[in-house]
Amino acid sequence: MDWNFVQKFAPMYVTAAGLTLRIAAIGILLSMAVGMLCCIVQSFRVPVLRRIAAVYIQLARNTPLLVQLFFLYFGLPKIGIKLDAEHCAVIGLTFLGGAYMAEALRSGLEAVEPSQREAGMCIGLTGLQNLRYVILPQALATAIPAVCANVIFLIKETSVFSAVALADLMYVAKDLIGMYYKTDEALMMLVAAYLVLLLPISLAFTWIERRLRHAGFGDQRSV
Amino acid sequence: MQDLGISVLFRGKNLIRLLGGLGVTLELSAVSIVLSVILGLLLGVVMTLKSRVVRAVCRVYLEIIRIVPQLVLLFLCYFGLARAFGIQLSGEAAAVIVFTFWGAGEMGDLVRGALTSIPRHQIESGAALGLTKGQIYRYILIPQTLRRLIPQSINLATRMIKTTSLVMLIGVIEVLKVGQQIIDASRYDTPSAAIWIYAVIFFLYFFICWPISLLAGRLEKKWQA
Repeated sequence: MDWNFVQKFAPMYVTAAGLTLRIAAIGILLSMAVGMLCCIVQSFRVPVLRRIAAVYIQLARNTPLLVQLFFLYFGLPKIGIKLDAEHCAVIGLTFLGGAYMAEALRSGLEAVEPSQREAGMCIGLTGLQNLRYVILPQALATAIPAVCANVIFLIKETSVFSAVALADLMYVAKDLIGMYYKTDEALMMLVAAYLVLLLPISLAFTWIERRLRHAGFGDQRSV
Repeated sequence: MQDLGISVLFRGKNLIRLLGGLGVTLELSAVSIVLSVILGLLLGVVMTLKSRVVRAVCRVYLEIIRIVPQLVLLFLCYFGLARAFGIQLSGEAAAVIVFTFWGAGEMGDLVRGALTSIPRHQIESGAALGLTKGQIYRYILIPQTLRRLIPQSINLATRMIKTTSLVMLIGVIEVLKVGQQIIDASRYDTPSAAIWIYAVIFFLYFFICWPISLLAGRLEKKWQA
């Protein structure tokens, strides 16, 4: 292990990690927005839009991000739509993530029994109160673990953006391997960078999930 | 009207080549899925053991596959092993190793989740009725575990099929790589081929994964009650 090399090129990884995080953050926020939109459209059964949302979710969930990305980056310019790598990355991540977030949120809403809402109405809660005190707390308790898993999944997925020459962590590692043939060092730093980025997030999510578990009803001690 | 790029698909052996590439994709997925399921079932049972050491090791393993992107694992296995230990793997072998390493962990976690989701009182009720241990497994635990497990593992399978698209980045000639070759070969006569070929690949993946996810959704709904 050549520590001088590690020291010399560590700043490149820091810059790249910044880019990875930035793309991931924008992509995840937009995914949440798209996911919520789809979830609202579907749970209020808005005609037409609801079908469109359903088709979109199936398309995005059943195709690989790399193929979506190649279509955006290499395919679309052929019909005159030119996007730079960063825009492609954000659009691709949002397209994929929106569908996953929509599913996570929907599973949360569906986990709340209709009897809960009816019981809320019976004791005279208004629609908004019912949502605020009865439905959302329970729905979120189910949805948040799934949303957290999606966030980690989406950050990991950003690694494929190196394939369209976006200078993220993966790209820097490939670059260093190609230029200096320091495979061990480059790969070690790559793994370390992902660990530094994702381990705290992963641990924080585990903690959040544990805190939220109180909201379950009818839980029984299991094996 | 300008030449339609889609015609590239039907020129020469292009369609056959593309489907051949899809065959490689599916073969890699199938081998990895089968290995993952077998190892995952064993691993899941191991994960329910009470031993602290076993738990700690499993926790680290799961955390690694949860955090390190599959593409990074592929690079580690393909380039890292060759450089560090002189182990020269083909791209296909590296892909199967990585996807099995990843899939077995995910599958193990699903098995553990399904096993521990069954309330303890069910086992106690079984014992109270005078069932033997074998009968408790046969009539109470295994049927319920499978009902939870099968839809989830079908979903995992579609994720693995989708993830195999990454192997083109370590030089395996699968459907996406063949697509690229076709696009490059027809760069001069059909410049718009890229959008068509990538759209076709998009829908090839879709029509493989979609029925599988529909099946998983069906089964999940059916067995929920």
